[in-house]
Amino acid sequence: MNSKTRPVAVVGGNRIPFARSNSAYSKASNQAMLTAALDGLVDRCGLDGVALGEVVGGAVLKHSRDRDLTRESVLGTRLAPETPAYDVQQACGTGLEAAILVANKIALGQIDAGIACGADTTSDAPIGLNEDLREVLLEANRQKSTTGKLKQLAKVRPGHVVPSIPRNEEPRTGMSMGEHCALMATEWGIARVDQDELTVRSHDNLAAAYERGFMDDLITPYLGLERDQNLRPGSSVEKLGKLKPVFGGESGTMTAANSTPLSDGASALLLASEEWARERGLPILAHVSEGQTAAVDYVHKGEGLLMAPAYAVPRMLDRAGLALQDFDYYEIHEAFAAQVLCTLRAWEDPVFCKERLGRDEPLGSIDVDKLNVNGGSLAAGHPFAATGGRIVAGLAKALHERGSGRGLISICAAGGQGVVAILEAPGGRRK
Amino acid sequence: MSDRYSQIVNSLPGKLVAGRVGLPQPVELDRHATGDPVVAGRVLLGAAPGGRLGQALAGVLAGIGAEASTTTEPSLREAAAAAGLDAALFDPETSGDQRFKALVFDATGIEDSTELVELQRFFHPTMRWLERSGRVVVLGTPAFGCDTARESTAQRALEGFTRSLGKEVGGGCTVQLVYVSPGAEDELDSTLRFLVSPKSAYVSGQVVWIGPGVVKTPKLDWDEPLAGKRALVTGASRGIGAAIAETLRRDGADLVLLDVPALSADLEQVAARLDADTIELDITEQGAPAAIAEKLADGVDVVVHNAGVTRDRTIAKMPEERWSGLMEINLSSEERIDDALLDAGLLRPNGRIVCVSSMSGIAGNSGQTNYATSKAGVIGMVEALAPTLAERGLTINAVAPGFIETRMTGAMPIAIREAGRRMNSMSQGGLPVDVAETIAWLASPASTGVNGNVVRVCGQSLLGA
Repeated sequence: MNSKTRPVAVVGGNRIPFARSNSAYSKASNQAMLTAALDGLVDRCGLDGVALGEVVGGAVLKHSRDRDLTRESVLGTRLAPETPAYDVQQACGTGLEAAILVANKIALGQIDAGIACGADTTSDAPIGLNEDLREVLLEANRQKSTTGKLKQLAKVRPGHVVPSIPRNEEPRTGMSMGEHCALMATEWGIARVDQDELTVRSHDNLAAAYERGFMDDLITPYLGLERDQNLRPGSSVEKLGKLKPVFGGESGTMTAANSTPLSDGASALLLASEEWARERGLPILAHVSEGQTAAVDYVHKGEGLLMAPAYAVPRMLDRAGLALQDFDYYEIHEAFAAQVLCTLRAWEDPVFCKERLGRDEPLGSIDVDKLNVNGGSLAAGHPFAATGGRIVAGLAKALHERGSGRGLISICAAGGQGVVAILEAPGGRRK
Repeated sequence: MSDRYSQIVNSLPGKLVAGRVGLPQPVELDRHATGDPVVAGRVLLGAAPGGRLGQALAGVLAGIGAEASTTTEPSLREAAAAAGLDAALFDPETSGDQRFKALVFDATGIEDSTELVELQRFFHPTMRWLERSGRVVVLGTPAFGCDTARESTAQRALEGFTRSLGKEVGGGCTVQLVYVSPGAEDELDSTLRFLVSPKSAYVSGQVVWIGPGVVKTPKLDWDEPLAGKRALVTGASRGIGAAIAETLRRDGADLVLLDVPALSADLEQVAARLDADTIELDITEQGAPAAIAEKLADGVDVVVHNAGVTRDRTIAKMPEERWSGLMEINLSSEERIDDALLDAGLLRPNGRIVCVSSMSGIAGNSGQTNYATSKAGVIGMVEALAPTLAERGLTINAVAPGFIETRMTGAMPIAIREAGRRMNSMSQGGLPVDVAETIAWLASPASTGVNGNVVRVCGQSLLGA
């Protein structure tokens, strides 16, 4: 029985710039974007013709024909075709969950290196047949006789031309994620101006990261885009304050700016054992030291849909023997500015920490200057399954540059789920 | 809601017309039914900075299992956590359209008139989110518990606030002020439960004083707080008395019901339904106190002096027997019965005497000099006995009903009846059960800190204070 684990290194990362929905990548499929992101990583890390342990990835909005999206993408890249692959899907947690899966296999010695990746398009969305028409057609198919088939087909009605379009709503509540988050913002008393401030900081931080060349080895230009299309440097709280709310009714606090836009894009991460990386002369950017998922019952117990990370993080901290303040970077996915602020407020709140987390003391506050220092999803955009890869690659690079320290990743996901992880600089835990 | 006017006004055309011409628009009041939660909706807890009741209030709400929110006041969040109350946060700036069934505000932190603005800060953004039959409870410190004249002034000022709010809130909502003595923080349970629940449907604009408990507050089964307790109810054959009996029985009490022999048939009917013992006698008879004491030789926990009559006449036309007969029934016999029971030591530890006074006893009423005198006397009796009884681990309190829908009020001339019904913050008469629920709260073994109070059940009538 294998009772040993070994350190897992983040070796490299790559993504294509994220585009706004129905824009630069409107005709690019998930497979095309994922292939581009993977090939960029192949170039950057010298993986041409290399057979990796595995490639794990996924997409949230997926065509039925893309049932093996990752494997098909791998076959389109310059990786060795002998590289196995499989798909995962955990809403917006897909990318980070894929990284944890690959990291765990490396830690256990089952593989030496692997890629975690993800792609999503809201432009090339899978539109389905009208559900009633689909039933008529299936029933016709079941009929043996031609008359039977014709009789069945005669049931086709003009209304059947209306297609089935994927909706951004929770199947069990019928509410969109934004509406759910608006409830959370209300529950946690998150002010509009605080959300707008976080938004401005996200854009400014990402813009600064591009300016100083931080993004140069994290991005491969694609279809004419060299930077994330959603990035709006130089915005201000005053400007954003003029926008009308889009969620939570007229008195709502959530706008198109402080909520992430629908976006298209793909990302990929190379993870490996330290030996494997050293043999190939690849840098060890950071170690993946912890991963954790949690889920909340937002259907019956009145939990906030996007509050699962608030549960996942303390569980992980306890296991790692760390306090919330023991980090140099915090990467909290900005699905909505309000989600980030709700999470931070919950960790500061004595009631939440006692009643929901069972802790005698609140987790406390974080230094917000350490939060999303190179920009977040509000600025970059959020192609669902690609966000995890964007965050891990950026944080690993920041830790590598710093040479020491530790970073916390927190990603909320649909279905009341959350995926979180800890990265550490290879230099160790110097404080 | 039984009266015809309320039915008409609550019909669609009735609503339109009443709204246009400014007629009173009574709403159907929530009332408690067995199995209902204490409070059917979210409770918002707020506090002026420095309040001392946060944890106690949060503890009661946690015990109720209430859906609760608190304001962002940090000391309140800590109090809620310490009390085990899983309360959501409420920030009026970002409130959305959250609705509340009850607003509870700890005003004990207000030490100066300049800090009274905390009332405005809490209630201004929240009142419009109060649901129908909503509850407002403000808690303060009584004058003798204040350290400075400024604090005492500010705390007394709360009364003007709650009484006015009760008059403007509408929608069947009630507003109360509870003065909690320093050291009595743990005696809030039964009172807060009553005041946030539909049981206090017709109690509004009241001031309740809570002091240190006369005994240590016992642990209770809140579904049957009077389980194992014996209660005597006088005048129990009909109306308010029968409702009191029913309500105390619901709360688990073993009943001894008393009324005059002339109402024997009615009394037996009530007793049979409630599995109760009966005493048939005229309480004004000379031997009555001894006879009652004999019947209660094993002791009694709750005595409810409900028996009472009216013998209306202006004083110029009132013969002596009309005066004296009433005074005997409404006041003097109560004094004699209390003496007999107390002298024989029949009131068990943590026992209760609850008297029924009347709005007339507070406000006075034309044609009721005799009645109002007796009912004001009842208040005097409560105030006089409270300190002595407290020393013996007993409490005495009174309720003062306003316009309650009974056979007696049903027989009034329509103009007087309608005036009585509408001239209060609820724009309607109360029901016997409203009086009974108030008595059940005062009779609760948990109400050890409630002593010497007179609580009106009058829908905040315009008559009297």
